[in-house]
Amino acid sequence: MSSSQPSTTLSVFIEQEVEFSLLELCRACSADSGQLMLLVEEGVLTPHGDAPHEWRFEGSALRRARAALRLGHDFELSPGATALVLDLVDEIDALKARLRRTSPR
Amino acid sequence: MDFKDYYATLGVAPAATQAEIKRAYRKLARKYHPDVSKEADAEARFKELAEAYEALNDDEKRAAYDDAAERHRNGQAFGAQAGRDSGYEFSGAGNEAADNFDHSDFFEALFGRRGGAARSSRPQGPVVGGDHHARVQIDLLDAYRGGRRTITLRFPKRDDQGRVGMQDRQLEVNIPRGIREGQHLRLNGQGEAGFGDGPAGDLYLEIEFSPHPYFRVDGRDIYLDLPIAPWEAALGANVTAPTPDGSVELTVPAGSSAGRKLRLKGKGLPSVPPGDLYAVLSIALPPADNAPAQSAYRELSAAFGGFDPRRSLKV
Repeated sequence: MSSSQPSTTLSVFIEQEVEFSLLELCRACSADSGQLMLLVEEGVLTPHGDAPHEWRFEGSALRRARAALRLGHDFELSPGATALVLDLVDEIDALKARLRRTSPR
Repeated sequence: MDFKDYYATLGVAPAATQAEIKRAYRKLARKYHPDVSKEADAEARFKELAEAYEALNDDEKRAAYDDAAERHRNGQAFGAQAGRDSGYEFSGAGNEAADNFDHSDFFEALFGRRGGAARSSRPQGPVVGGDHHARVQIDLLDAYRGGRRTITLRFPKRDDQGRVGMQDRQLEVNIPRGIREGQHLRLNGQGEAGFGDGPAGDLYLEIEFSPHPYFRVDGRDIYLDLPIAPWEAALGANVTAPTPDGSVELTVPAGSSAGRKLRLKGKGLPSVPPGDLYAVLSIALPPADNAPAQSAYRELSAAFGGFDPRRSLKV
């Protein structure tokens, strides 16, 4: 085991400071562009811009894309089914948050 | 190294058919998949499931595992540590999952490490290194204040002989003020080394808050259960309440009941606009464990002769 002096590294706040192009998002998720284009088609990811080479994804797309790719892989889901699962998970999260806000423990 | 019972992990009998194994895996995966599950240990459980399934779903791997299990029952060593020539060989396709880098030692002793298979053809010319992802826990206060923090990451590293060991790496990271759970930091050039003259990949850190004994986080809002005395609830009071970044004076209005939420505007996580802190009132009853306390309760009872706490139940 080795541990060296910490080196200070430039850190970028993805959700606030970054917009991804299609290729950049592919790299960050280790996915190919075809997989991500299918997720855009299903509305899982909603980039700005018309053609794929003009697409700009917000930083928060990273988390969603990775979750979609993991779910698709682990359950052998089609992009459409992945979109449905993510929507349902979002809805459950929203309901649980509402429950936390309204009911005292 | 303990022998892992992959059949038990999936809850199936050793004689289970491939279809039964798949069904069992799918059912448990739906329960523990970290992207859909809120179980506390979902991630660890899912990793075990995925590993067990990977070993048993493939005919060749399953046969090798069964053989090793048989030898284990007979008290012999399992795994391929006796040397490559006595190890198990596999013709199956490479591992499809990208982050199969974290199989258990047991799995690797049995099946070897083939994580590099995807890159078996040496690329020509410089190639950018892959991006890595890791999750780090920070304190809620770090998110309130922001600033430099030293984090330690453990990561597997392959030595010249191809053996894999865990190594610690310390990084000093600038935590942005107001960062929330599930958000990411990118550390440029801290991922996998590149090939040739290619630059290193990036390292993505997903932020998680260490659990706090009394603050709960919901997006940028913070929730706190604030116990008050019955007389504070009835008559109103100024009480001191903690926030992640120091304590504040809080006015409890007269006639407050349990469950009432008092909002401290802007005392949640910093952002534009900042989150709020909600103090959820709970009423703590002082124990009637001595004569004066009991008589105080009796006086209370006498003073509220007509009070029926169960009026709404119509009994």
